[in-house]
Amino acid sequence: MNRLGVKRSMLARIVPGMASLTKRGLAGWLVILGAAIVASIIIMTLVSPWISPYDPSTKGINVGKPLTPPNSQFPFGTNDLGQDMLSRVISGGGIMLQVALLSVVICLLVGVPLGLFSSYIGGVFDRTICLVMDSVYAFPGLILAIAIAAMLGRGVTNMALSIAAVYVPSYFRVIRSQVLSIKEMPYIEAAQSIGAKSRTILFNYILPNVVPSIVVVATVNFADAILTAAGLTFIGLGVEVDIPDWGWDLTNGRRLLPSGVWWVITFPGIFIILLALGFTLMGEGLSELLNPKLGE
Amino acid sequence: MSKTEIVKVENLKKYFPVEKSFLEKLLTRTRSFVRAVDGVTFSVRKGEFFTLAGESGCGKTTTGKLVLKLIPPTSGKVFFKDQEITKLRPEELRLLRRKMQIIFQDPYASFNPRMRIGDAVGHPLEIHGLASGAEKRKRVLAMLERVGLTPPEQFIELYPHQLSGGQRQRAAMARSLILEPEFIVADEPVSMIDVSLRTTIIDLMLDLKRELQLTYLFITHDLAVAKYISDRIAVMYLGKIVEMGDKEEIFSNPMHPYTQALLSAIPVPNPQRKREPIKLGGEVPSAIKIPTGCCFHPRCPFKKEICTEEEPELIPTAADHFVACNLIK
Amino acid sequence: MQKQLLTVENLTVEYWARRGKVRAVDNVSFSLGKTETLGVVGESGSGKSTLGLSLIRLVPPPGRIVNGHVWLEGIDLLKLREDEMRKVRGRKISFIFQDPMTSLNPVKKIGEHFVELIRTHEPKISDEEALQRAEKLLEDVGIQPERINDYPHQLSGGMRQRIMIALAIVLNPCIVIADEPTTALDVIVQAKILDLLKDVQNKYAMTLILITHDLSIAMERCDKILVMYAGHMVEHAYIKDIYRNPQHPYTQGLLRSIPNIELAEQKLEAIPGSPPDLLNLPKGCRFWPRCSSAMEICRKTEPKLIETEPGHFVRCFLYGDAKK
Repeated sequence: MNRLGVKRSMLARIVPGMASLTKRGLAGWLVILGAAIVASIIIMTLVSPWISPYDPSTKGINVGKPLTPPNSQFPFGTNDLGQDMLSRVISGGGIMLQVALLSVVICLLVGVPLGLFSSYIGGVFDRTICLVMDSVYAFPGLILAIAIAAMLGRGVTNMALSIAAVYVPSYFRVIRSQVLSIKEMPYIEAAQSIGAKSRTILFNYILPNVVPSIVVVATVNFADAILTAAGLTFIGLGVEVDIPDWGWDLTNGRRLLPSGVWWVITFPGIFIILLALGFTLMGEGLSELLNPKLGE
Repeated sequence: MSKTEIVKVENLKKYFPVEKSFLEKLLTRTRSFVRAVDGVTFSVRKGEFFTLAGESGCGKTTTGKLVLKLIPPTSGKVFFKDQEITKLRPEELRLLRRKMQIIFQDPYASFNPRMRIGDAVGHPLEIHGLASGAEKRKRVLAMLERVGLTPPEQFIELYPHQLSGGQRQRAAMARSLILEPEFIVADEPVSMIDVSLRTTIIDLMLDLKRELQLTYLFITHDLAVAKYISDRIAVMYLGKIVEMGDKEEIFSNPMHPYTQALLSAIPVPNPQRKREPIKLGGEVPSAIKIPTGCCFHPRCPFKKEICTEEEPELIPTAADHFVACNLIK
Repeated sequence: MQKQLLTVENLTVEYWARRGKVRAVDNVSFSLGKTETLGVVGESGSGKSTLGLSLIRLVPPPGRIVNGHVWLEGIDLLKLREDEMRKVRGRKISFIFQDPMTSLNPVKKIGEHFVELIRTHEPKISDEEALQRAEKLLEDVGIQPERINDYPHQLSGGMRQRIMIALAIVLNPCIVIADEPTTALDVIVQAKILDLLKDVQNKYAMTLILITHDLSIAMERCDKILVMYAGHMVEHAYIKDIYRNPQHPYTQGLLRSIPNIELAEQKLEAIPGSPPDLLNLPKGCRFWPRCSSAMEICRKTEPKLIETEPGHFVRCFLYGDAKK
């Protein structure tokens, strides 16, 4: 049973489990609410080519008079290039979602094995890795992401890499503390007593019990990645201008704000917050649900 | 090793180094050790119920794990059917796991919470490549039935938290027995189970012993249970065996002062019992600073000068009765 | 007939679990005289600990006492206001908690525990006087008085339990409730602690309620016994009567299933089944699924408590007329 298989089966259990979430009290509702927000935004982004009233890219310049406040024709107003803000908001989540997803995937591929092996093996290896991780962790996240993004350059992949670099230590820490406590449990000893090899123990006994914490960290990672991506774009380390992007609208909107143009920055901003909130709620709810069960 | 012995332990020792604080590491050179098991020798005969009894901290659980080589000994030897297992390579040791198994004290914590009971019980078969798929399922169902978890088709799908304590312990037995071992170490298997359910587990162990020709090394602090279930018993104190022998002998004629005190302290459900529990002074000392000579002397009501100097050996006083006491020669 | 010191009538404690309402203690009634020792015996889920906590009104939420009376020296403790009850706790009725390892404050010295306790009830007392009283009590429980300056982690489990006992008696209560005082201890220390409780009880003329799952301890050390099963009191009698004539099938089953080292040959008999889920209690008598004597009526109606001989109460249809 390999790693991927374990995650798939975990996912397969979560999806049908959604129905039973309603019975799990406040935490269950938090997860449902968060998932609903996230799902709506994802769907909205995916169908944006069909539902945006106007073309949000540079082809849609001057569909309306530039800098019109929200009205019946343009519910979210227009920006300085005459683009419809509503269309830009509907289509603008794509970059962020991609960056967030990619960063989580990188973190999982790097952070999870590192955390698992390091804490299971222990010794000098473990202590060295811990030292490295703690040093990275000590940096303020956004600053480090900026530094790395500045080195790597623009683009979705580079943004994802810089966010991942900042977040891997969190995965590492969480997994490590889980593994250390699980290692002491009698069922690990039981596995040794039936003759299981270390590899079997790691993947069949330790990993499945660590997955709930991974899920929680991943959701928080998503939320944080959204905000960091917005931040990176804000500073100009994001993506090219042509693609509609909330982060870009934030930058632009900030420039326009002193002149009293509030709608360019506000609506994308609200959606960024909403997306991050959705993930955070999911994370909170999942953390409540998945961890107490172990103690039940 | 005689033909009837299945496990033999010779002068087994396990010392755990004491963790020192950073400052202590800097300033001192000495190392101190917790002498969990301090020179234990005994043998278990095929088909018997051999009990290691004693209070907490006496080293009985550690001895059990040493016998299975779940932890490596500091010194000493363990033999399983003439083969010295202390010297085995990991591959050979894994083969040995099929013959020697363990049942843990905490029925909940000894199961992976994310594994269904069926998978957990069948996992040993997978690990040793003995069965998979349909054949594995068949064997798991048969074993669940054997330990009384019926209907087995229902239990095979459940998670550990869905079973009661008694049921989990039965499942633990199923898991240990599915490899058809010859020797089982049972570490306090009933102490965390409700009183009214203990007998069912104990009876199950006895039935299985008869049916499958098992040999048990039973570890417990509950001497009343030990008396009921054992054939032979060894009483441990501070990492050493102080008295050992046939169960009836020991209970009717305990010779070591510690055994006497221990037996007199056991509560009996009889309000008319005239009993004077032997009062032992003090408490069990730390296993880091074991007293010189006989480790029991600070608390012994019969202590003499010699007891502070000489460590007593286990010597036979009757056919199957050994005592380690300087005053008994 | 000795005037009863403590009378409990129809005590009922409920709590709301996620899946429904649970009656941890269901209509328990008994009375206890001065200097008597009562053993409350039951397994996990029987409600014995909750019963003990409810007598001193320390049932943790979401549990609530929903019915009943606890008469102590003529006053119903359940009717007192919280501030009045606080004056009673420790002073008239005290509690020894289950786990000595975690019941003491690790950052306070032993002496400070005593001073704090005494000061709560006697605010005018001076530090020296309180400490003097504490030292005397330490001697009573067999601990050197110098240990009063130690921290809890410097003492062993047995010693900590003695401290708990000393704290429970320092204000001379008339009733002490001990909840599984020896479960975490080895058998030799256990015997010493139980002996100590007896000595203290005799010296200070106290009434003791001993909550335990170990029937042997109860039979050996108590005057009266109360057997609990799934929240119900199923049998209540003097120890000699229970020993001579255990009536409830559960009590009989328990006696047959515990190993007795004084018996040469013993065949233990198990009680089939397992304790019920309190959220899913069987209809009728709570014990019938495990009872070898279960009759038709047991599956339908809950038996009431009846007195089969003076002082011997049992809740079972096998006794008295079925429709009492």
